[in-house]
Amino acid sequence: MKHSDPKKLLMARAASQDHFRTPRIASPFQPRIEALMQTEEWYDWAGYKAPLSLWDEELEYFAIRSQAALFDISPMVKYRIEGPDAEAFLNRVTLRDVRKLKPGRVHYTAWCNDEGHVLDDGTLFRLTSDRFRLCSQERHLPWLLDSGIGFDVNIIEETKSIAALALQGPASFAVLRDAGFNGVDALKIFDLAEFEHDGENVTISRTGFTGDLGYELFVDQKLALSLWDRLWQVGEQRGLRAIGYAALNRARLEAGLIVANSDFITAEHAIRADRVRMPDEIGLGFMIDMEKPHFNGRRAIQQARANGGLRHVLVGLEIEGNIPAEHAIVYHQGKREIGLVSAAIWSPMAKRNIALASLERPYGDTITGDLWVEIYAMRELRYQKLMKRAKVVPRPFIKLDRRTANPPADF
Amino acid sequence: MTSFDAIVIGGGHNGLVAAATLGKTGRKVLVLEADGETGGAARTEEFTPGFRTSSVAHLINRLHPEVIKSLELQKHGLKLDTSPLMPTTVLSAKGAPLTLIGAYGEGLLGASKPEQEAWSGLRSQLFRYAGILKPLLARRPPDLSGMSFAETSAMAMTGISLRRLGKEDMRDFLRMLLMNVADVLDEHIEDDRLKGLLAFDATLGSHLGPRSPTSLLGLYYRLAGEIGGKPGAQVHPVGGTGAVVRAIELAAEQAGVAIRSNVPVARIIIENGRAVGAVLESGEEIRAKTVVSAISPRTTFLNLVGTREIDTGFVRRINNIRVNGDAAKLHLALDRTPQFSGLRTPELNGRLVIAPSVNHVERAFNPSKYGEFSPKPVMEITLPSLLDPSLAPEGACSLSAVVQYAPYALKEGWTTGKPKFLKAILAQLEAHAPGIGKSILHAELLTPLDIEQRYRMPGGHWHHGELQADQMLMSRPVFGAEGYDTPVDGLYLASSGSHPGGGVSGVPGLNAARRIIARKG
Ligand SMILES: Cc1cc2nc3c(=O)[nH]c(=O)nc-3n(C[C@H](O)[C@H](O)[C@H](O)COP(=O)(O)OP(=O)(O)OC[C@H]3O[C@@H](n4cnc5c(N)ncnc54)[C@H](O)[C@@H]3O)c2cc1C
Repeated sequence: MKHSDPKKLLMARAASQDHFRTPRIASPFQPRIEALMQTEEWYDWAGYKAPLSLWDEELEYFAIRSQAALFDISPMVKYRIEGPDAEAFLNRVTLRDVRKLKPGRVHYTAWCNDEGHVLDDGTLFRLTSDRFRLCSQERHLPWLLDSGIGFDVNIIEETKSIAALALQGPASFAVLRDAGFNGVDALKIFDLAEFEHDGENVTISRTGFTGDLGYELFVDQKLALSLWDRLWQVGEQRGLRAIGYAALNRARLEAGLIVANSDFITAEHAIRADRVRMPDEIGLGFMIDMEKPHFNGRRAIQQARANGGLRHVLVGLEIEGNIPAEHAIVYHQGKREIGLVSAAIWSPMAKRNIALASLERPYGDTITGDLWVEIYAMRELRYQKLMKRAKVVPRPFIKLDRRTANPPADF
Repeated sequence: MTSFDAIVIGGGHNGLVAAATLGKTGRKVLVLEADGETGGAARTEEFTPGFRTSSVAHLINRLHPEVIKSLELQKHGLKLDTSPLMPTTVLSAKGAPLTLIGAYGEGLLGASKPEQEAWSGLRSQLFRYAGILKPLLARRPPDLSGMSFAETSAMAMTGISLRRLGKEDMRDFLRMLLMNVADVLDEHIEDDRLKGLLAFDATLGSHLGPRSPTSLLGLYYRLAGEIGGKPGAQVHPVGGTGAVVRAIELAAEQAGVAIRSNVPVARIIIENGRAVGAVLESGEEIRAKTVVSAISPRTTFLNLVGTREIDTGFVRRINNIRVNGDAAKLHLALDRTPQFSGLRTPELNGRLVIAPSVNHVERAFNPSKYGEFSPKPVMEITLPSLLDPSLAPEGACSLSAVVQYAPYALKEGWTTGKPKFLKAILAQLEAHAPGIGKSILHAELLTPLDIEQRYRMPGGHWHHGELQADQMLMSRPVFGAEGYDTPVDGLYLASSGSHPGGGVSGVPGLNAARRIIARKG
């Protein structure tokens, strides 16, 4: 064998493997987002370079609530699950009864490990009777594949190959209609349907993470830019804006929605034994269907329910004043530490100071009075310690009729 | 539709022990056996006209005294003749053989004086250490749930009664626990033949060579067995292994147990997370309060229960159980008694082992890692008809041998591999018993694949799953089913795949039944 010059070899190798120069993956919409990006505020979403905000977090939030907002959800983890046993497979993996999910419908669900601890929450799209799409925060391929042992099912990771957009806000329907997606008006909340785009299909569902009127669009990544342009062209007159995660995060909190590894720690991420959570401990108990066939974690959940094994509860809080209580400690009677706030904002829509908090039962469960949060407000290099009264309130914090109105309102 | 208190799937010896133990409490018990007869891998069958043999397991060395006592097996015809005890002879193609007499070498014939002394020291040490593990290998594995680490280790310490040892012995016990057998032997003895035998016994029935880490555990497991109160003893029962199972079966029948053969179970019925019965391949449905599965844990969960009724993490663990066997079984019908160089009647009535050195065993093991059989296999041989003339026609002789290594997943496939492997085995035999080849009337070789197909043991595995450190005690068959009860309410495991493991001991069956009784199942 002839030995080449090691320096040359090194250079050749560096040239052929330059992934380390861009450690974060670019979304299929990256050229459009980069073009609109003014603040250069990026964050890491599951390995992707994603915008935290593009021009003004505050105004981006208001685009969701009073115009139309376009948010790139391509980094969301997506699996296509298909085959004769797809329904049975998903019924075994997830908490809700998938038999009740009709083709053309979407539901919000979650899944657990054997110990009944939540691995993730996500949305399940039933494309046809034996084809599904499961979207989630974390990656789960090994878990899904092992769950597939004994099922006639095919599980395909499609995070990279499918581009996706969330189009949210009161004008979102109008944008879609103007863009020529005829028949979108027929979609009720949690419906999905296929529409034509560039000779191929785009799946549009009336879903979202904002508690507002909104849609999500899924296409093959090669059609990503043309889909963006199709919306953008007609969006001008409707006040369509591209937004980043910070704005979305406000909207989702108003809607009372939780985020994995933010409001609770997923079972595979938790290092400390007491950080894992059962569905009942993070407000997802409603998903559990003990009448349906066996599902992962069923035994453990049943036991915990019977033996008082549910130690925590996730609640919505309304806090006096207007200073967001992010990561504040929650007290009972001002002295006994009972939990932590995981997300908090001053809600412009609710005109209230709202928060999500994880509390130790019985607080937040049977004892809900005399709760306090301790807010540390940084004021010119000094913390101002505020003890504020908090009360447990139902979620969502806001309810917008336009989210579910049929037909969807024109704006 | 009939209903039972308990149905036992699988009429192997463990299934029968479990059934008999449950039957004795007054429970209405039914055993469902797929095959035409009971016994599983422990039975006596005719392999060619006039010749009968113990078809898989051929030596009894660990049938547990608790099983014999609680089921009154002697009353039901069990005969384990221990006078004289079967010796073990290590054959040598060139030199002189070496014979261990009494219970696993109480005496050593054919070795030098210093070697005899060294062996006597090592032997007592090995038995002392195996004795520490013995209680642990008899009862239910320690329960780890809800216990702190400190508590657990404290319990494990008392459990294995370490405190009975002196300080130095305790240190050495712990030092050696996970060692390989070859290194231990090198520390104590020199005789290649003796080392070869111990290396063979330590690795028999497992996918390990003597130099594989933890291989010493296999030897402890072997030495933790006893017969007639003598640790390490072995016997060839009159009537073959099938006669032992027959005694257990009689005990079961006496206890009111109903036994049906030719009824393969297709499915365990689960309703609302609870096992409530079984469906036969014929479609017949049988209901019971408790279902005991005395077949492989892997088959139990992946096929009979089905992955839909259990959690993914558990399926993962079950699916990862290593079950590929390496032991084959050879049966020869011979027209006369073979002549092994340098052996006389007492030795021929014993166990004959071809494993001349540690290196030989290790070299035999090596190819199995790559899906190839040993070109020079190691084996243990018995001549059953010498001990029980009813097993062969007059003047003729039968030979039964367990041969390693024959990897279940042979790369070239057993269709073409089998005749080649048989040739390799016969060449080994010929080297030690010149002329034996010409006296063969019929040869039957059972590869692990044959054993799987005939006896429904996945992978043809001795223990229904490797018996190595990671698949022992609380991890046998897997965490979550280690105490005979399982994640499925009302479903219990009772085969060799459960703690403590395989061999004709009856312990898994007994422990499972006791667990069911304790839980009022
Ligand atoms: C080559 C070889 C040599 C061996 N030599 C010895 C030896 O000399 N000494 C010794 O002590 N041990 C020996 N063993 C180990 C010993 O044979 C086994 O560990 C022991 O027989 C296992 O007993 P069991 O009752 O647990 O299971 P099995 O004997 O496997 O019994 C299981 C029973 O269940 C039945 N069954 C399976 N599936 C179904 C179904 N779906 N429905 C109904 N019934 C079903 C089977 O037909 C079988 O009868 C040897 C093993 C091998 C492979």
